[in-house]
Amino acid sequence: MKIHEYQAKEILRKYGVTTPRGVVCATSDEAAAATQRLGGTTWVVKAQIHAGGRGKGGGVKLARSAGEVRRYADQLLGARLKTPQTGPQGQPVRRLLVEEGAAIQQEIYVGLAVDRSQQRVCLMASSEGGVEIEEVAARAPGKIHKVFIDPIAGLRDGEADAIARAAGVPASSMPQARAALLGLWRAFDATDAALVETNPLIVTTAGDVVALDAKMSFDPNALFRHPDLMALRDLDEEDPAEVEASQYGLSYIQLDGDIGCLVNGAGLAMATMDIIKVYGGTPANFLDVGGGASTEKVTEAFKIMLRNPHLKAILVNIFGGIVKCDLIATALVEASRAVSLKVPLVVRLEGTHVELGKKILADSGLPIISAGNMADAAQKVVAAAGKKH
Amino acid sequence: MTQGITGKTGQFHTRMCQQYANGKNCFVAGVNPKKAGERFEGIPVFATVRDAKQQTGATVSVIYVPAPFAAAAIDEAVEAGLDLVVCITEGIPVRDMIHTRYRMQGKHTLLIGPNCPGVITPDEIKIGIMPGHIHSKGPIGVVSRSGTLTYEAVGQLMEQGLGQSTCVGTGGDPVNGMKHLDVMKTFNDDPQTEAVIMVGEIGGADEEECARWVKAHMKKPVVGFIAGLTAPPGKRMGHAGAIISGGKGTAAEKLAVMEECGIKITRNPAEMGKLMKAVLR
Repeated sequence: MKIHEYQAKEILRKYGVTTPRGVVCATSDEAAAATQRLGGTTWVVKAQIHAGGRGKGGGVKLARSAGEVRRYADQLLGARLKTPQTGPQGQPVRRLLVEEGAAIQQEIYVGLAVDRSQQRVCLMASSEGGVEIEEVAARAPGKIHKVFIDPIAGLRDGEADAIARAAGVPASSMPQARAALLGLWRAFDATDAALVETNPLIVTTAGDVVALDAKMSFDPNALFRHPDLMALRDLDEEDPAEVEASQYGLSYIQLDGDIGCLVNGAGLAMATMDIIKVYGGTPANFLDVGGGASTEKVTEAFKIMLRNPHLKAILVNIFGGIVKCDLIATALVEASRAVSLKVPLVVRLEGTHVELGKKILADSGLPIISAGNMADAAQKVVAAAGKKH
Repeated sequence: MTQGITGKTGQFHTRMCQQYANGKNCFVAGVNPKKAGERFEGIPVFATVRDAKQQTGATVSVIYVPAPFAAAAIDEAVEAGLDLVVCITEGIPVRDMIHTRYRMQGKHTLLIGPNCPGVITPDEIKIGIMPGHIHSKGPIGVVSRSGTLTYEAVGQLMEQGLGQSTCVGTGGDPVNGMKHLDVMKTFNDDPQTEAVIMVGEIGGADEEECARWVKAHMKKPVVGFIAGLTAPPGKRMGHAGAIISGGKGTAAEKLAVMEECGIKITRNPAEMGKLMKAVLR
């Protein structure tokens, strides 16, 4: 689960990380007034959307007067901000963070994430602040410095100092840098974070170490023990179809093709998307119904898929295993009737009671196309999607 | 032994596994701290893994404990010195697994999972949730991260008349126990296994690490498929670990490394069985 920059900064401050002073604004009036509250002579107006790459998309502006702040706020609020991560339609800007300007002496990159091979949290830093870490990794991997943090002892002072030194923090600012890095680690550990990134973390001309930017996301499996974090979820930033699907225990991701897929199991669901492509079609979505494909779940899944205006056909691929195929067939028939399914439906069932399942589909009187295996199913659904209807 | 034998899932699958064991007395204990002394279909329930081990001699456990408590259940099994722990539970917080894996350092216990279907040696024993009846004894080792895609691979092998030596689902989580590489090593040493089918998916680098080892050490043919060629970057595809992040962990990259390392790959998930048959010819 992602949160906004201003929310991440609130959390980081609790763990002793210094951030610029700022005001969250929903209107241009509030943005202009924020300059009075903050004082100073320069301000940064930052669009609050979850997607990264805001600077490149024009979502971060430096202003030298209250009038300029207001002008940027007028431009950004309510507009759709397009960044390399939002997709071509952009993301509406509903809030701004107006911050005091900072006198930058040096910028570094700092990020924390789980390293799957080491099975520890990795603290990464690079002297190339403000540049995306993937870009640095590709161009100059030697500039990325890493420490794999002992989960029990936590980040040690010496490790924090070594990372700060390697990233080029001047000796005079080492105490501040250590406090910042320890704070970032403690915030990561205490919140069950999946990612904590501050790019850039700056050394100011006064020698302070300040998180100019902040990005945090959290392990969805750990949110049950963080009700405070759950309250920070902003559904406006998420795909409504994905949110709705999750309420029914469905794992759904919208894609840009025209063949809907309904599959049990994540691996098989990905493989089903892949095989549609192999036979010349394009998948409209990823959808894992999980273990139990009940009538209610299948009906909701159909409804969500059918809301996609590009949808031309649906492929159901269920490897029943322990789940019985006759129960799934009944659920499919009932769901098709419940949503008055108009697009072609190709069904591949495998597992216990498969013959009975196929009979239920055939006897339903619905124009359901039965398939014998994955390849057959994919070919049939691609053909069905290609036909005019 | 089954940890979490008193829950619905634990009961259902313990019964299925016991039936699969074909009269062998394989599932001999359950664990639930609050229900010690009770019985489930003749299987005694103990308060702790240690008690269950001491009183029955069981050396393997399978875990169906709910996610918030599952990592502690693994810890308990490791502390009791079991040989193998298979954790089926999905949704364990990553931080819990990092701590559990840390505590497992230097211990001899092997972990399969979490968030996995388990392990089956057809016609011998099944420890997990896979449908037993789709399998049959034979020469092919199967290693995969997922559940139903593994069953799909097994189904295709069966269509080709190829049984399986052992099938291992390592699980869909980013921090887990045995990886493709660990399973591949055991297949290499296993006299029952003549060839291996390795099924992977986007995210992480387990498949690449395994492929490099295969190139250097594997004495048996390996066939592979990676799911998620059509998966968009930055999205978690159902499994917690199935995500392309920062351009890393793509299916195309994994397939390229596997091919370089001499693994016969297919990009068509319906061709896994046929490819294996062709390789064995």
